[in-house]
Order: sequence, then structure tokens, then C-alpha cells
Amino acid sequence: MYLIISAILLPFAAAALIPLIHNRLGRLNIGWLALAIPLSLFAFFVYQIPAISAGETFTETLYWLPSIGIDMTVYLDGLGLIMALLITGVGSLVILYSIYYLSAADSLPHFYAYLMLFMGAMLGVVLSDNLMVLYVFWELTSISSFLLIAFWYHRKNSRAGAQKSLLITVFGGFAMLAGFLMLHTMTGTFSVRQIAVELTQYANHELFYPAMFLVLLGAFTKSAQFPFHIWLPDAMEAPTPVSAYLHSATMVKAGIYLVARFTPIFGGNSAWFWTVTLVGLVTLFWGAFNAIRQTDLKALLAYSTISQLGLIMSLLGLGSAAMQTGITAEAAAVYGLASFAALFHMVNHSTFKGALFMAVGIVDHQVGTRDIRRLGGLMAFLPFTFTIAIIGSASMAGLPFFNGFLSKEMFFTASLEALNMEMFGLGTWGWLVPVIAWAASVLTFVYCAIIVFRTFFGAHKPEKLDKIPVEPPFGMLLPPAILSFLIVAVFFFPNLLGDHLLRPALNGVLPGITGAAPHIKAWHGFNTELWMTVAIVVFGTILFISFRKWKGIYKLFPAGWTFNALYTNSLKGIERASSYLTNSYMTGHLPHYFAYIFSFFVIAAGGTLIWSGALNIDLANDSPLSVYEILLVVVMAMAAVAILFAKSRVSAILLNGVLGFSIAMFFVLFRAPDLALTQLVIETVTTVLFLVCFNYLPDWKKENSPKHVKVRNTIIAITGGLTITLIGLSVNSADLYETISGYFEDSYELAGGRNIVNAILGDFRALDTLLEGLVLFIAGIGVFSLIRLKVRKEPNDNEN
Amino acid sequence: MKINDVILKTVAKAVVLVILTFGLYLFFSGHHTPGGGFIGGLVLASGFVLLFLSYDVETVSEGIPISFKKMSALGVLISMTSALVPVFFGQPFLSQSFGYFDLPIFGKTELATVTIFEAGIALTVVGVVVNIILSISEGTK
Repeated sequence: MYLIISAILLPFAAAALIPLIHNRLGRLNIGWLALAIPLSLFAFFVYQIPAISAGETFTETLYWLPSIGIDMTVYLDGLGLIMALLITGVGSLVILYSIYYLSAADSLPHFYAYLMLFMGAMLGVVLSDNLMVLYVFWELTSISSFLLIAFWYHRKNSRAGAQKSLLITVFGGFAMLAGFLMLHTMTGTFSVRQIAVELTQYANHELFYPAMFLVLLGAFTKSAQFPFHIWLPDAMEAPTPVSAYLHSATMVKAGIYLVARFTPIFGGNSAWFWTVTLVGLVTLFWGAFNAIRQTDLKALLAYSTISQLGLIMSLLGLGSAAMQTGITAEAAAVYGLASFAALFHMVNHSTFKGALFMAVGIVDHQVGTRDIRRLGGLMAFLPFTFTIAIIGSASMAGLPFFNGFLSKEMFFTASLEALNMEMFGLGTWGWLVPVIAWAASVLTFVYCAIIVFRTFFGAHKPEKLDKIPVEPPFGMLLPPAILSFLIVAVFFFPNLLGDHLLRPALNGVLPGITGAAPHIKAWHGFNTELWMTVAIVVFGTILFISFRKWKGIYKLFPAGWTFNALYTNSLKGIERASSYLTNSYMTGHLPHYFAYIFSFFVIAAGGTLIWSGALNIDLANDSPLSVYEILLVVVMAMAAVAILFAKSRVSAILLNGVLGFSIAMFFVLFRAPDLALTQLVIETVTTVLFLVCFNYLPDWKKENSPKHVKVRNTIIAITGGLTITLIGLSVNSADLYETISGYFEDSYELAGGRNIVNAILGDFRALDTLLEGLVLFIAGIGVFSLIRLKVRKEPNDNEN
Repeated sequence: MKINDVILKTVAKAVVLVILTFGLYLFFSGHHTPGGGFIGGLVLASGFVLLFLSYDVETVSEGIPISFKKMSALGVLISMTSALVPVFFGQPFLSQSFGYFDLPIFGKTELATVTIFEAGIALTVVGVVVNIILSISEGTK
């Protein structure tokens, strides 16, 4: 049974079907059909909870390319399950919300097809055991995110934001791919679980650290960690359901997931510990610091997401200390608490940030703006939305009676634990961890207050608004209300979540370490963590009230020194440099291009031939020439020379045809009927192709180029021919490898066919044929679209 | 100047039939003797091209209402699907299998999945070749 694999493939099937059936639906919103997919998948994964929390894991394998170790192996354990529940659970709520959020003018089939594509890809990322399969799904999430950010593609900012996110996340993805290949070089396997077992013996391998940092680069770009966080605020151009789903609850957590999944592999290493922890802490602080100055509510939430992702990342870094060798089981359990807190906060963040995004979406949808300078006093108009927003904000700020309080306290416990750690040089610098954690939490409190007070309290400013706000339809309020309910429910019954989901998930992060998962309690007595929270509320309130007095510090940074400016300038620079380079040689003259191609060939191929000492002409083993062969060569030589003196284009083409047909005759002489047949038909079709191209060619006239050009072309022509001849003779003279044709001679037994050529094409090397067919198809589309599809002249409403 | 192409048209009518039959023959004979999906597809394509050359595009399109663009897409789809199917039977991607069956008229016959794969390749080749030549020849209009 391939149940889990089917669960991954189901959204892809839906993505393919949605565009086909949407016209047949009449007035029914296609979103309702799309909603059925995540709902049923959510039910399926909920059904797996008892088995997984009892410690079982499930593996399914579809054989893909077993000869090089690439199989579609899925592996469902606690960590994968918790991610799958988030993806399908939040996915259901977001789709329900989007049904009411999007208007009929939006292209709904596109939206839901992209969303399904993303959902399948994301499930593939968190359930794949094979790194190559994981990588493919990983890039698919980047691509679907790109498509969704650019959903309103007529807006210039949407396109720019989509481009930015794609460039940054795919750059990280490539780095990660290189890291995966290095891991494969070291261990000889692509399976994550297998690598975790084997990599310990390669800690001194020269590729160990490069692989680690490249994998981290992929995780950091995807999870918007400093300094790659700049794409996330621009991604807010996407419709709000997309921001709530991809850019806060799921896709940006792929990097978190990857770090968690790789903790058994790299955990316990000091470079891993410091990189993940420090990058997380810097991101935590920088995101919170920048969130405060935003005036757009969604931008504020974007920076807050960056900050919260940094928090989770730093917790995973702290927790990886539990994996080091030579510490007691008790110490490992104490350090491991951080990893537990990371998983806990990851779930909590999805609930409160999802609710907040949806609340902000409601404000935007019902009021017409999300600029806090124009908002205020909305509590009276949107009481339900206000309730949702205040629950979400209070949870994010880490206040009691909401789930954020529990994970925030646990975060403080873990950061204070850094004071007691002695390894990795923490003795000197360990105090930094709780200080940054506390300072960032104060800032978090400030921006949470901004969301609530600037939007819902204060004076209502009707003159700045386009419409009178009213509460949205019930279907739009229901999803954030469910999330708000969960925020409160998790606070009162945290161990339901902890025992059934977080504990098994922790086994995936820190295998073999028992006792790290605590019994979650809201009340710990008057300990340091509680006093830290009290101090946050006090200082946060002071900073919020005095915001006008200190907001000048944001102007201290010169505008040209931001990472955004660096990105924009390097993008412009690259565009300028490449267009300069391209314009310098793309002259539009075919003779130039041929000169480039053949000179390069002569230098590269001919140079290699001589430099590597492969030049070797030995005619001793050649069979004697027959009279037919000599005759054919003479005919070909005459035709080739005659082309140079042809008076018209038709005669040149016909003479060229003589060359082609003579080659076919050679194949006949050498008893290769397949090749002869193919060559004959190809020659015929090519000649027709030449003839239909006549319309595009200028008149045939005598070549009047200057003498030095003629000399240069002659040299290129002669050396080109010489290179080919020498390569041909050398190949025939050397006998470097044992011939493999003996294998194919068994084609009748192996492939059931007596025609060896076809057995090779269709069976032994069928992948080549398959991809050649694909390339041919793409080339066909390319020719068609270049010639037949003209740029439409009528004006469109795209911003440029 | 109007070219009198009666001879071409008459010959084409007869020859195209031969070419297309030969293309089909090559396609099916490929398993044991020279031929196969690629070459069969090319011969079929050249048959169609001859039709388009001797008559005009409109006439042929009326007589043979096939979209060659869709045909090439269908071909890629068929070969991709035939490559994927074995994966769901616990075999590696692109595994081909064959067996011998006793059929009513043909007697003992070999049936091989590679034929489906090759059919996809043949359709792709026909679709792409005809489509490229049609695109280029119609492009200036």
C-alpha cells in the first residue's frame, strides 16, 4: 500500500485537475472542491497520531533510479507528522478563508492549482527520506511560492517581490543541493536516516564543514534568516491567504524543518551549534527591531515572522548541544529542552501568526487599507476581528493564558541554560544568549502592542478610509476563530499536544535522548523566567508609550547601507554587465556566430586533443579501402568544393544534399541500415526545412568581405576540418576501454528484441531517448512561439 | 506565374499512401529488424510534409484535421506515462517488460511495453517535425 505516497501525490493530481474542471462547475466556487483535499489529508494524518505517538514509524518506497540510489522513499515519523498536520490543517483553514477573501474577478483556478502544487510539494519536503527527492520538492515549493506571490502579476511590486523570493530561495536551494551531493560523496547514500548513522565517522573529512554550511545556507534562505530575510517582507505582495499559509505557517518553516531533520546528522558539532544559534538570535533581534517601524500591518507581520523564525532557529541551535558525545544523559535531557521548545513554538507560531494574518486580511478587506497611520478605533466596528487580533498578539507577546506564554517561558529557560553550558566556549559568551533573547522579547511586546492599539484603539479616522467597515461574512471569521480557540486551548491543555505530537517529534530531532520532553506547566513559581516576562511587560509598555521619542534611531542607518540596497544594486549591476557582454558579441550576423562556434571548437576540442596527448594515428588495423568508398569520397569532395562556387542558393542546398545522401550511402556500405535509413529521411526533411526558410533569407550575392576576414575564415574552416579529421583518426587508433557491445548482444534475452539498436534506444538507454523526445518537443514549442506568437500590440493594464 | 503542379499532386496522392504505410511498417518492425519509433515517426512526418508541399496548408488541414502541436504533446505524455507506470509495480523508472502470448489470428506473438514508449516517441517526432515546418512556412503571412 502506498498510502503516504498517495497523500503526497493527491494535491498534485488536484492541481492538474482544477484547470480542467473549473469551467464545468457553473457558479460553484472551485475553492469548495479544493478544500476537500487538505481536509481529507488532515483527517488521514490525524488518524496516524496514535500509532506515531506509540513510537511507530512508517516507510514506503517507490523505486525510481535504484542504480544511483535515488528512490522515492517516504518516511513518516513524529517530526514529519507534526509538519504534515500543520500543512494540511492550516491549509484547510486558509482555503476556507480564501473562498471569501478572493473576489470573482481573480483567476481562481490558477490560485487553487498553485496552492495545491505548493501543498503537495511541501508534504513531499517533510516526508521524503531521500535527499534528491527532497530537493526536487524543495525547489517546487520555491516555484509555487513565486507563482503565488506574483498572483496579482499586473502589479509591479508583486512581480519584483516574486523575483526576489525566487532568486534568494533558489540560490539557497542550489547551495543545499551541493551540500547534499557532498554528503553523498562522503557516505555513499542519499537517505537522511542512513547518513545520520554513517556521518559520525566522517567528522574529519574535508567535505564535512562545506556540506554543513551549504545545507545551512539552504535552510537559512528558505526560513528568511538574517541576512537573507529581505525577501520575506516583499513577499507580502501576495494575497493575504498566501501570506498566512506559505509565508508564516508552512513554507518558511521548511528551513526550520531541515535544521531539525539534520540535527541528528550535525548536532553536537560546535560550528553547527554556534552558526544556528547566532544566526537565529541575530534574526530574532533584527526582525523584532525592524517590525516596530513598519506602518503597513502586513510588513509588520512579515518582520515579526522573521523574528519568530529566528527564535525557533536559535532554540534548535541550543538544543543541538544535547547531541554532543561525552555528556551525561541528564545533561543531554536538560539541553534537549530547547529542541522541544522549538517544536512547541513552531506549532504555536503557526496558530497565532495564522490568526493574526487572517485578522489583518479582514481589516484590509473590510476597510480598504492596512496602513496603521490611517487606521484606528476599529474595535467598535469589527469586534470579532478585534478579539482574534488581541488573542493572537497577546500570544505572540508571550502573555499568560495563551500558548505563546508557555513556549516563550521555555525559550527563556533554554537560553538561561546557556549560562551553565561549559562547552563550545560558552563560558565566556554564554550570557549573550539570554540578554539578546530578553531584549528581542521586549521589542516583540512593543510591536504586538502596535498591532492592537494602533488598529483597534484611538480615534476612528473616517476621512482617511474609503468605506465604512463592517464585519466580514462568517466563513471569513471562522478560520481565525478556530486558530484563536486553539491558542487558548493549548494553554490550558498543553500536554495533550506535548505527549501525542511533540514528544514523538522530538525523537526525530534528538534520537536516543530520553527525558528531554517535559511535562508542560504554566506555573513554575516565582523564577527568573517569570520575572523576565514581568520585566518585558514593564519595559515594553514604556517603550511603546515613548515610541515617538526614540524612533529617531531608525534614521541612524544610512539608506544606502541596507541589505535591500545591496540586493537591488547587485541585481542592476548584473543586468548591466550581462547586457553589455551580450551586446558585444551578439551582432546579428550569422557568419560571426559561426566564426565563434568553430574557433571555440578548434581551440577547446583540438587543444584538448593535443594537450592531453591523445593525438595518435595508427592506420595498421584499418581495413583496406574499397573502390566504392574511394568513389564516394571523391563525389563528396567535389560537392563540397562546388558549394563554394555555387551561383544560387538552390544549387548550394542541393550540393549540400549530395553530401548528406553520400553519407547515407556510406552507412549502407558499412552495413548499418538503421543509420542509413535515418540519414536519408533526415536529409530529406532538412532540405524541405531549408526551402521553407528561403523567405527569411536575404538575396544571394557574391561575398565582398575584406581580405583579412576571408583569410581568417579560411583558417577557421581548415583548422575546423582538420580537428574533426584528427579526432576521428585518433578515436579509431586508440583502444582505451574494453568494448561494451557484448552486453547489448544479449538484447533478445534481456529486452526481447533482436534489433540491438532499438533495444538500446527503447530499453537499455531509454532515459536518453525519453529526454531527447522531451528536448525535441521543447524545441518545437520554441520554434512555434518564436515565429507564430507576436507580442500583442494592444495596451494591457500591467504596471511597468 | 502559376505553376502547373498536376503531376506533383497526382504522384503525391499515390506516394503518400506508400510512405505512410512504410512508416507504420518501420514502426512495428523496429523490435527485431531495422526501424523503430524515431525513424518510423520521421517517415510518417515526411509523408505529411509531402502532402503539405504539393497541396496548400488549408486544403490538407481540412482533410486531416489533426493538431500537430497537440500530437507532439500527446507523444511526450505517452512516453512519460509509460516510463512512470512500472514505478507503481515496484520496478525502477522506465523498466520495460515483454511477454509471449497466444493470440487468435497471429499465433504466438510477442507483446512488449517498449512499443508504447516508442509510440510516444513516434508521435512526438511527427508532431514536432510537421509543426516546425508548418510554423516556418506560415510565419511570414
